[in-house]
Amino acid sequence: MHELGIVFHIVKSVEEIAAENQASKVNKVVLQIGEVSTVIPYYLKDCWKWKCSKSELMAGCELEIETIPAVTFCEDCEETYGTVEHGKICPYCGSEHTYLIQGNEHEIKEIEVT
Amino acid sequence: MKDYKIIEVKRSIFEDNDADARKLREELAAEGTYLLNLMSSPGAGKTTTLKRTISMLKDEMNIGIMEADIDSDVDARAISETGVRTIQIHTGGMCHLDADMTRQGIREFGTKELDFVVLENVGNLVCPAEFDTGSTKNAMILSVPEGDDKPLKYPLMFSICDVVLINKCDTLSVFDDFSEEAVEERIHKLNPKAEVIYVSAKTGEGFDKWIGWIRKELKEYKN
Repeated sequence: MHELGIVFHIVKSVEEIAAENQASKVNKVVLQIGEVSTVIPYYLKDCWKWKCSKSELMAGCELEIETIPAVTFCEDCEETYGTVEHGKICPYCGSEHTYLIQGNEHEIKEIEVT
Repeated sequence: MKDYKIIEVKRSIFEDNDADARKLREELAAEGTYLLNLMSSPGAGKTTTLKRTISMLKDEMNIGIMEADIDSDVDARAISETGVRTIQIHTGGMCHLDADMTRQGIREFGTKELDFVVLENVGNLVCPAEFDTGSTKNAMILSVPEGDDKPLKYPLMFSICDVVLINKCDTLSVFDDFSEEAVEERIHKLNPKAEVIYVSAKTGEGFDKWIGWIRKELKEYKN
């Protein structure tokens, strides 16, 4: 829902990193987005094209998104399971004492520059 | 020949916002201005709650209100009738306010003589929770007609709030399926430290407790 705001932040960070590395052009940005991070890649890509077209450094820049699967850990039976499939309740022992161990990532992994 | 290079970044998308937020918090602390980020869904009663809060506190402290809306000044007009300093921030279509936008608003406002500033965030329980605005503390309003299941549906919002006001408590007799016990349990499971206060912005019920919370917060902040 807030993909536009997120794109603004990514572009700002990438521009800073590119400047620190004396790059003249950013060709590609690779993100790692968790499955339950509330960011929808499809919308992110849509906002991305628009925002990059306004920046000389980033015009036409490709956006690659790696999805990190969401995994939850159960404190009681110490099993891990898929969050999207089973949610908060452990499918092995029925416990509610569970927490997300991965799947909420919003990270800029790497950028490709010339 | 390879004419490009890959730079490994490994940086959170929110890192630059978090840095802006920290900076704003430091600036506000140096000025002694307490900034409360107030969030809720549309229609939960943010503006009515603010109006009553202002009327009870304006003789003892300098208050400022920042109204964030996508594109209107309905709330700013309503608040400015109370006589306190008000500024309208337009997010230009964005569903939330980030630290940089808040900082621009604060600078435009000039908060040096203000003790207590409330940022009325965009009415939304999803996006504002993701972005640290640089506020001193976060508050949210959940109104009784919205239902006691909201903490289950918007867990991030409830997990970042220092205080949750349950507004429209005068309607509890009508919305009799709203369980106070269930809502408190759900909130505290996500956020054991969150303070839950029942109020009615319409009748004034519970406001002594809410005003008490603000007074205590400001006292601790100034020390």
